[in-house]
Amino acid sequence: MHEHKAPHGPIPRRRDGRVSSLSQRRSIALDAVAKVGAVALFLVRLLGQCIPALVRPQLIIRQIYNAGARSLVIIMLCGLFVGMVLGLQGYQLLQRFGSESALGMAAALGLIKELGPVLTALLFAGRAGTSLCSEIGLMGATDQLAAMEMMAVDPVRHVVAPRFLGGLIAVPLLAAIFSCVGIYGAQLIGVTMMRIQAGTFWSQMQSAVGLRDVNEGLIKSVVFGAACSLLAVYEGFHAEPTAEGVGLATTRTVVTSAVLVLLLDYMLTAAFL
Amino acid sequence: MIDDDIVVEVRGVHYAIGTHAIFKGLNMRVRRGAITAVMGPSGTGKTTLLRLIMGQSVAQRGHVTVFGKEVAGLERRELYKLRQRVGLLFQNGALLTDLSVFENVAFPLREHTDLPEPVLRELVLMKLQTVGLRGAAELMPAELSGGMARRVALARAIVMDPEMLIYDEPFVGLDPISKGVIVRLIQSLNRLLGTTSIVVSHDVREISAIADDSYLLAEGKVMAEGSPAELCKEQTESVRQFMSGTPDGPVPFHYPAPDYFEQLLARPDA
Repeated sequence: MHEHKAPHGPIPRRRDGRVSSLSQRRSIALDAVAKVGAVALFLVRLLGQCIPALVRPQLIIRQIYNAGARSLVIIMLCGLFVGMVLGLQGYQLLQRFGSESALGMAAALGLIKELGPVLTALLFAGRAGTSLCSEIGLMGATDQLAAMEMMAVDPVRHVVAPRFLGGLIAVPLLAAIFSCVGIYGAQLIGVTMMRIQAGTFWSQMQSAVGLRDVNEGLIKSVVFGAACSLLAVYEGFHAEPTAEGVGLATTRTVVTSAVLVLLLDYMLTAAFL
Repeated sequence: MIDDDIVVEVRGVHYAIGTHAIFKGLNMRVRRGAITAVMGPSGTGKTTLLRLIMGQSVAQRGHVTVFGKEVAGLERRELYKLRQRVGLLFQNGALLTDLSVFENVAFPLREHTDLPEPVLRELVLMKLQTVGLRGAAELMPAELSGGMARRVALARAIVMDPEMLIYDEPFVGLDPISKGVIVRLIQSLNRLLGTTSIVVSHDVREISAIADDSYLLAEGKVMAEGSPAELCKEQTESVRQFMSGTPDGPVPFHYPAPDYFEQLLARPDA
C-alpha cells in the first residue's frame, strides 16, 4: 500500500529551499495524528469482526499456539535471567539496610507489577509481532487477502481478528509464566546462593503481594498484548505489497510497539498509584 | 442464449489513478452465458476493469452494473452476496499458502455453507478431478508448479458453481498442455453449465478460438468489439497490429525515450 503521507500537502519550504523547522514539526505532528486516527478506525473495524471470528475457535487456538506456545522458550529463558539479576542486585541493595530477607517480596512485586508485563510485551513484539506483521504483509503481497475478498470472506474476520485475539490471550499468559520463572530465578540466587532462609523468602512475598498487585500486572499485560497485537496486524494489513514494504512494516511494528508499551506502562503505573 | 440478458454493463466509465487516466468513457456489455474476451496491450487497464466489476475499485464517473445492481452503491454485505455469485481466477492463483490443495478448494464451501463433511469432500474431489489434480489434494501450494496452482485456483473458483467466472490472464506462463487444458475447461464450463465467462487475456490465438464476443481496449476506450472473426477482419491499423502481433504500427513497442544513439553516446556527467 502506501506510505503515510502528510494529509496537508507538501511540506512548505523557506526561500533558501530548506524545510522550515516549524513546518517540519507541524507535518510530523499531523502525520502522527493521522496515523493514530487510522489505527483507531482499524481497531473499530477489527473489534466489529472479533465476535464473528469466535465462531471458528480453532483459528484463534492456532494463533495462540503460534504467538504464545512458540514464544515460551524465549519468555522462560529471559524470565529466569531477569529473576536472577533481580536476585543479585536486590540482595546487594537490601543488604546495605540489613533487610535482605525482603528479597522475595521485592523480586515478586517488581516482576508481577512491572518487569513481567513490560518485558513480555517487548519480547512478544520482537518474536511474535514481527511474525504476525510479515505473515499478513506477505499474504497481501501475494494477493491472498484480495482472493478472500473476492470469495466474499472478510480478511479482517478470517485473518486479522484471530491473530489479534491470539496475541491478546497469549501475552497475559506469557507474562504470568515470565513472572513465575523470574521469581524462581530470584529464589535460586537468594535462597540457594545467598543463603536467605527459604521460609523468610516465601513468607515475606506471601504477606506483601496482594490481589491488587496481581490485578495490576494482569491489566497491564492485557493492555500491552492488545497494543502489540493491534500494531502488528495493522502494519501487516497496510504494508506496501513489496519485499521492501513488508520489511519496513515489520520494523515499524517493533519500534512503535516498544515505544507504545513503555508509554502505556507509565500511564498505567501512574493510574494505579 | 438470450441476447438481451446482460450480466455486466459498463457505461461511460472514467477512472484515473492520480493524474494517470486509465479509462476515458469505457462502454461494454457481457451477455449471459457467453464467453467475452477482453484484450488489449499491457497497461490498458484490463485488470483494473475486473477490479471495477468486482467492486474492489470504484469508478470516478460512469456506471458499472453486475446482475442488474450498481456495484458502486452496494454496501459491504450486499457486495459480498454479489461476489458469491462470481468466481475469480487470479493471475497468480492466489492460493492460501497455509492450507493444503484440498482445503484451498474447500475454503469457500466451509465459509459459506454448512455442508456435512462427506458431501463437502465429494464436491471438492469432483472439482479437483475436473482440473485433473485429484491426486494432488494433500499437497501444499508451495509444492505445486505455476500451472498446477492456476488449476487449483480454478477448482476453487468453480467450487460454489458461480453464475459468472472471471479469468485474469489465465494463460500467462503456462506450457502448451496446461494452456490447452485451461482453454477446454473454460469452454466446457461455459457450454455445460451455462456459466457466463469474462476472459482477460492478450493471448489472441487461444482466446479467439473460444470467445463469443471480444473487446479490444486501448487508450482508455474500446478500440474494437465484435466476434473474434470480426476483429480479425477489422481494417483499422491498430486493431490489425494487435491481432497479428506486429511490433511496427500505431501502438508503439517502446516506452517514450530520448534518441537511442544520443543517449548511448552521451557522457553521464554531461
